[in-house]
Amino acid sequence: MSITLGPTTGDDLTQWADVTRDNASLRRFLHGLPGVDQVGAEARAAALGTRSIKTTAKAWAIDAAISMVDLTTLEGSDTSGKVRSMCVRAMYPDPTDAAVPPVAAVCVYPDLVATAVAALRGSSVQIASVATAFPSGRAALATKLVDVGEAVSAGATEIDMVIDRGAFLAGRYLDVYDEIVAVKAASGTAHLKVILETGELVTLDAVRRASWLSLLAGGDFIKTSTGKITPAATPPFALVMLQAVRDFAARTGQLRGVKLAGGVRTSKDAIRYLVMVNEIAGERWLTPDLFRFGASALLNDLLLQRHKLTTGAYDGADYIALD
Amino acid sequence: MPTKPTKPTKPTKPAIPAKPAIPAKQPAKKPATKPSAAGSSASGDRVAVRKTYKLYIGGAFPRSESGRSYPVTDRSGAILAHAAQASRKDLRDAVVAARKAFDAWSGATAYNRGQVLYRIAEMLEGRRDQFVAEIQAAEGGTEDAARQQVDAAVDRWVWYAGWADKYAQVVGGSNPVAGPYFNFSLPEPSGVIGVIAPQQSSLLGFVSVVAPALTTGNTVVVIASQDRPLPAVSLSEALATSDLPGGVLNLLTGSVAELAPWLASHRDVNAIDLTGVEPAARIALAQSAADTVKRVFAPLGFDSDAEPGTARLSAFIETKTVWHPIGV
Amino acid sequence: MPTFEYAPAPESRDTARLKPSYGIFVDGKFVDGHGAAVKTINPASEEPLAEIAEASAEDVDIAVKAARRAYDRTWSRMPGAERAKYLFRIARAIQERGRELAVLESLDNGKPIKESRDVDIPLAAAHFFYYAGWADKLSYAGFGPDPQPIGVAGQVIPWNFPLLMAAWKIAPALATGNTVVLKPAETTPLTAITLADIIADCDLPPGVVNILPGGPSVGQAIVDHPGVDKIAFTGSTGVGKMIQKSVATSGKRVSLELGGKAANIIYDDAPIDQAVEGIVNGIFFNQGHVCCAGSRLLVQESVYDDVIAALHDRLATLRLGDPLDKNTDIGAINSAAQLARIQELAASGDAEGATRWSPECPLPNKGFWFPPTIFTGVSQANRIAREEIFGPVLSVLSFRTPQEAVDKANNTPYGLSAGVWTEKGSLILWTANRLRAGVVWANTFNRFDPASPFGGYKESGFGREGGRHGLESYLAY
Repeated sequence: MSITLGPTTGDDLTQWADVTRDNASLRRFLHGLPGVDQVGAEARAAALGTRSIKTTAKAWAIDAAISMVDLTTLEGSDTSGKVRSMCVRAMYPDPTDAAVPPVAAVCVYPDLVATAVAALRGSSVQIASVATAFPSGRAALATKLVDVGEAVSAGATEIDMVIDRGAFLAGRYLDVYDEIVAVKAASGTAHLKVILETGELVTLDAVRRASWLSLLAGGDFIKTSTGKITPAATPPFALVMLQAVRDFAARTGQLRGVKLAGGVRTSKDAIRYLVMVNEIAGERWLTPDLFRFGASALLNDLLLQRHKLTTGAYDGADYIALD
Repeated sequence: MPTKPTKPTKPTKPAIPAKPAIPAKQPAKKPATKPSAAGSSASGDRVAVRKTYKLYIGGAFPRSESGRSYPVTDRSGAILAHAAQASRKDLRDAVVAARKAFDAWSGATAYNRGQVLYRIAEMLEGRRDQFVAEIQAAEGGTEDAARQQVDAAVDRWVWYAGWADKYAQVVGGSNPVAGPYFNFSLPEPSGVIGVIAPQQSSLLGFVSVVAPALTTGNTVVVIASQDRPLPAVSLSEALATSDLPGGVLNLLTGSVAELAPWLASHRDVNAIDLTGVEPAARIALAQSAADTVKRVFAPLGFDSDAEPGTARLSAFIETKTVWHPIGV
Repeated sequence: MPTFEYAPAPESRDTARLKPSYGIFVDGKFVDGHGAAVKTINPASEEPLAEIAEASAEDVDIAVKAARRAYDRTWSRMPGAERAKYLFRIARAIQERGRELAVLESLDNGKPIKESRDVDIPLAAAHFFYYAGWADKLSYAGFGPDPQPIGVAGQVIPWNFPLLMAAWKIAPALATGNTVVLKPAETTPLTAITLADIIADCDLPPGVVNILPGGPSVGQAIVDHPGVDKIAFTGSTGVGKMIQKSVATSGKRVSLELGGKAANIIYDDAPIDQAVEGIVNGIFFNQGHVCCAGSRLLVQESVYDDVIAALHDRLATLRLGDPLDKNTDIGAINSAAQLARIQELAASGDAEGATRWSPECPLPNKGFWFPPTIFTGVSQANRIAREEIFGPVLSVLSFRTPQEAVDKANNTPYGLSAGVWTEKGSLILWTANRLRAGVVWANTFNRFDPASPFGGYKESGFGREGGRHGLESYLAY
C-alpha cells in the first residue's frame, strides 16, 4: 500500500491560540482534561486483548502489521553495512514470498540516513531518522535543531524527536510545546513523530497530557518510547494515546497517528494492538499513514506466523532472513 | 422440629396472654396509705401530687390525640395510675418524629452517641429509688429484687453506650478482594425501628430492646408493656432531660394488639422488633411487614437476665460494602 | 465491510458434554423427578438442549428428609476442618471442569462465553475456596464463642448466574454445617445439575446437598416444607415478598436478595473514558440480567453531552451474537418471557416521551435478542426509571448538584447497589456515605469477590452473601 505523509498543522489550530498563549493557560488546559483511572484503563486494555483473531482475520492482521512496521536499528555499533542489509529486508521481508508487503519505514540515526536513502532508492519504504539528541533529549535547542537539519538534508522523510521530559515533569509545558513547534519547522516536509517516553512519564494522566501537548504543537504522530528504557509501549499507554488522537480528531477534524515502539515483540502483541486501534480510535486509523510499530524482532515473529498460516506447520528461525 | 441443642439458659418466663381490649375504667379503690408509683406514701394529712403518665413523642409529652387513657394496675388489681392510650394517629406522629430525628442521630459521630447514651445512664442512676418503687408496684416482688432489676438495667444501658464507637470495628472491616481495590464493609443503621417491648420485665426488658437500636444509630418508636408501662414512661422523662435529641426515642403506651399492626404495616418503618408480642400474634405482624420487606427481629425466647450478646446490635444494621480502585 | 473483520471464533460446543437427559439429585443419587419432563432450550437459537425430569412436591419431601438425616447424623457433627476439605475438593473440581461448565452455562443461559469463562466459573470456584477456609474458624468469626448451624437450608436461585448463584448459596451453608435443598431456575438447570455431578464425585456424604430442578411450585414446596429451617432466596422482589409472608407463619429464618434499580452517578470531574466503560459494563454486562445493574445513569448536566456522545461511540463497538463466539460481547435474552417484559417496558419509555437510541445492531433471526438501548430524557416519574427492566436498557437522567444526585439515587424502594464516578476523593466518600445501597462501586462497577459482602437495603432484600458477613444467615448465635 502507498504511503502519504500525514497532514500538517496549517492554520486550523488558531482556535487554540488562547490555550498556548502562556504556560499557565496551557497547564490549565492540560490539567483540565479528564483524568484516567489506572485500574479501569488497564482492565479495558486487557479486555481488548481477549479478542480472538483467527484465520482470515489473523491473516489480514499479520499483513497489516508488517506494512506498519518501522524496521529499526538504533545502536552505537550501527554501520553502513548493517543499515544496508536491514534496508533490503525492509523492501523484501520474505525472500520466499513476493506477496509479503514491504514495511512502512526504516528508522536509523541521522548519520546513517544517507546510507538508507541510497539503499532504498525507488522503493516505497520511508526513511525515518531519530533526532533532537535522541534518546535523552538533554541538549540545547540549537543543538537539537542542527541534529534535525542534518537528518533532513541527508534525505530523511520522517523525523522521530524526543520531548524534553525534564521540562514536562517540572511543569514547563510551554517550553516543551515551543520546542516541538521549532522542530516541526526544521523538519520541512518530513513528517514529525513526537516521542513521549512513556516509561519516564509513568502515569496515564501524564501520558494523556503529553499526547495533547504534542498534538497541539503540530506533531503528526505521537510515539510511545525511544525503546531504550522499560516500560515502553504497553496496552494502557497505547490505549490513552489512541484515545488522544481520537478525541483530537473529534475536536479539530485533523487525523494524527500513533506509533508504538519498544516492547512489541510478538505477532500476538501486534494483533492485540490492531484490535485496540480498531475499537478505540476507529478503523480509519488502520493504515500505516496513521499507525506504526517501531520494532526489530517483531518482523521475524510476524513472518513466522505468516508461514504457519500459509503452510499449516510451525516454522523455524532458519526460514527467516536476518537483517 | 428438632433444633440443635443450645447452651443451657435460664427457663424463659411464660408470656402473659394478650389482652385484646383495654378493660373499662374502674373506680379507684386504693387507700391513701398504700405506696403507689405516683409518689411517696402519704404521711399524715399531706395530699400526694399524682403523676400523669403521657406519651413521649418528638421530645414532648403529649396526651393521646384520641383523648383516651387506661388504668394501670398493680398485681392485686389496685390502680396505680392512668396511662395514655395511644391511637394509630399517635403512632403515625411518632414515626414522623422518628424519621425527622434520624438524619441527625445517625449522622452524629459514634463517640457523640456514646456520650449521650452514657449520660442517660447517669440520669437513670440518679432515679434509682424512683424506679425501684415503680417496679415493685408494677411487678410485685421484694424491694431487693426490684433493686437488682434497676441495677441491671442501668448497667446494661452503660454496656450498650460503650458499644457505640466499637461495634463497627467488630462487624465491619476491610475485605481482601482479589484485585487492586480497596474494599471495606461498614454498618449503617437501618432507620426507624418499631419495637414492642417485653410484657413482663418493665424496666430491664425495656432497656434491653431499645438501647441496642439506639446505640447503632437508629431511631425508635417503642410500644411499652401494656400492663406495666410506667417505668418506661419514667425512663422517657429521664431521656427528656438528657442530651438525647427529641424524636430519637418515642414511647407509646396502650393496647399492643391495637397498635402493633400499624407499626408492622407502616411503610416508613424499616424494621420491627416483635420481642414483646406473643408467638401466636407475631405471624400476622410478620406477614404485614413483608409487604415492604421490613427486617423482622422476632427472637424465640426472651430472658432479660441472660447475657445480651451482640445479636441485637446486628439486628438493625445494614452492611454497606464500598469498592475503589488503587492506582496512580 | 469493515476494514478489520473478526472471523468467527467459536468455542466448541462439544466441550459441554451435553447429555440428552438429566435427572434430579437427591440423597447422593441421580434419579428421575416425579414432576413434568421439560426441555431446556438454548435461548440463542431456541433449539432444545436436553430433557429434564423435574422434581415434584413428593421429591421435595424426600430431599428434605434426606437433608435432615444427613444433618443430624453426619454433617452437623463433622468437625469444621473435615467439612472444609470437602469444600476444597469441590472448588478444585470446578476449576478442573471449568471450560466444560462455561460452555454449558453459555448454551443454557445465553450469556457470552467470555463472561462465563472469565467471570462466572472462576468466581464460583473462588466462593467454594473462600468458605472452605471459614468452616473451622467459626468461633473467631464474630458470632460468639460457639455459633451453631441452623439445620436444613432451602435455597431458590435465579437464572441470571446459574452456577455462580448455586455456589453463593451452597458454599456458606455447608461451611457453617447446614445441609441444603436447592432449586435452580427453570430455564437454567444444567450447570446446577452438573455441579451435583461434581459433588457426587467429591464423595460428599449423601443428602448434604440435594439439587431439584423445577418450576415455581417446587420452590413453593421447599419454602413451605416444615422440615426446612432456613430459606435463602435470590430473585424478584415480588416473589421475595411472598416468601417473606410465607415464612412469617413458620418462624423459619430467611434471607432475601431481590431486585434493584441502581443509580450510576457520573460527576463532571469523572475520568470520562473509564466512566463510560463502567456505564457499559454496568448495564450491558450479562445483557443487563443483573440485579445490581447500573440501570439508571445519573449524569451531571455540565458533562451530559460529552458522556452521551462517548456512550454512543462505545456502544457501536459492542458485538452482539452467538454466545459461543469468543468475540461476542452481548448474548441472548434468557427466555421469551423475559424478552417480552423488556420490550413492554421499553415501549413504555417511548410512550412516556423518552428518546430511545440503539447502535446499528443486526439481530439473528432465531433466538431471543434485544439490542443495547439507551433512553435519554428520562425522569424519576417514568416507569423505565422506577421498574427493574432486567435487560440491556439504560435510562439516562441528569442532575446539577451532588445532593440532587444522592436524592435521585435514593428515590426508589430498591437499594442494592450504586456507582460513583469522580476523581475527587472526598466527594467519593461523601457520596458513598449517603447512598442507601448495600454495594457502592466508586470509580468501578460490577466487581464481585467472595470476600466482599453483597446484598441490599430496603426492598432489595436483607442478609449478605460473601465475606464474614455471609456466614451470619446460616448461624444461630
